[in-house]
Amino acid sequence: MNWLWSNLDLVGELTLTHLALSVPAIILSFVISVPIGWVAHRYQWSRGVLLALCGLLYAIPSLALLIALPVVTGLRTTNPINLVIALTLYGIAVIVRTAADAFDAVEPDVRQSATAIGYSPAGRFWGVELPLAGPVLLSGLRVVIVSTVSLATIGAVIGVQSLGSLFTDGLQRNIQAEIVTGIVLTMALAIGLDWASVAIGRLLMPWWRPSAAVRRRTLERVERVDAA
Amino acid sequence: MNLLLEAIAWIFDPANWTGAGSIPERIMQHLAISATVLVIASLIALPIGMFVGHTGRGKDGAVTVSGGLRALPTLGLLTLLGLSIGIGLQAPIIALVVLALPPLLAGAYAGLESVDRRTVDAARAMGMRERQVIGKVELPLGMPIIVGGIRSATLQIVATATLAAYIADDGLGRFIFAGLKTRDYAEMLGGSILVILLALAIDGLFAIIQRLVVPAGVRATRTRELRSRPTRPRAVVGQPITEGNRE
Repeated sequence: MNWLWSNLDLVGELTLTHLALSVPAIILSFVISVPIGWVAHRYQWSRGVLLALCGLLYAIPSLALLIALPVVTGLRTTNPINLVIALTLYGIAVIVRTAADAFDAVEPDVRQSATAIGYSPAGRFWGVELPLAGPVLLSGLRVVIVSTVSLATIGAVIGVQSLGSLFTDGLQRNIQAEIVTGIVLTMALAIGLDWASVAIGRLLMPWWRPSAAVRRRTLERVERVDAA
Repeated sequence: MNLLLEAIAWIFDPANWTGAGSIPERIMQHLAISATVLVIASLIALPIGMFVGHTGRGKDGAVTVSGGLRALPTLGLLTLLGLSIGIGLQAPIIALVVLALPPLLAGAYAGLESVDRRTVDAARAMGMRERQVIGKVELPLGMPIIVGGIRSATLQIVATATLAAYIADDGLGRFIFAGLKTRDYAEMLGGSILVILLALAIDGLFAIIQRLVVPAGVRATRTRELRSRPTRPRAVVGQPITEGNRE
């Protein structure tokens, strides 16, 4: 505990850095994935290709991706943007799959009714499909929030500052309290952001009640690669 | 692109293919540690997951465990164990086992649970014992999903085994950290490319296995024509049917 009190400044700063790395990655991956997921849902021919690409992306080990990305982007490995891009890619790999499922789950009858009462395709997307897909999209986002916050620590081994720096520094200087602080804070940050997403979900979707079943299905779906 | 060429040159440099710490040796180490961890984690997680999936008991617990472990930062666990156990293979193996548990657990219970309850009831009605219900009905039908769990667990292990080189002199990750120390980007990138290729190869292998374990009867009834797909779920992804009172 002593270590924590004398290093509160450092810990606070790293927590903010960690937020600055993970929050943009989470938001970017959500914004990019929803349209891709919709395309995978709408055009059957693209579904297999898109989901297979996401599967491949998800299979790439994070450390290797972090080191290989600069070849494509031209950034240095120690550049935080490099880490944000990698985290975004992993987020996309997860959400595209759930987004495709989310739009699939909208009842065809509802969609046809919307068309029948005069919704334009765009209006139908924003007014009917997106809100109805919302709860499943949110459950996918929650999985990504937790894994992104935890994954962001990996950057520390190649020199990108985050809460993960507490792990590498603690190991080198043999301070157990530092590593434990890092673990606790990373998990707390993940849980905090998760709650925040649920709160925003309640605001945007007043009819929605968090359901354990939807969350469990999403987790299972992410855990296993589709068998079919 | 120059960097990429240098890395490829590094991979094909004959000097890296012989002697101590050569590429083949590192690959074997990587595979050996991954296989060890997979066997240990499977022995722990698969029976528990199958119990949960078969009986339906303790499902919430299994979900909480697999969800909670997801938030645990890999690197934190590795360094913490490395510090308390010491440098060597023991710490990474324990950390990797812990990380491999959630997908294995989820795959095993989701696999057994996914089997249509009517199919299970029918098996029981025909006079099968519980053991036979599990072995002859639930396991074969749920096998693709169970293998899917093993597939994600293996990928997770292979990826994290790379990171394990941070605290142990083992596996392909060694190239990355050695390159990092000497600022040799070609070696880092070469090591990374090898890790990516290994992961993709393993993923591909499991994708094939996953297809092979689908029982012939299930494969035969799969509909090709997507437009005329029945609204009833297939046997493998069966859910209780709510016919007549859909809301």
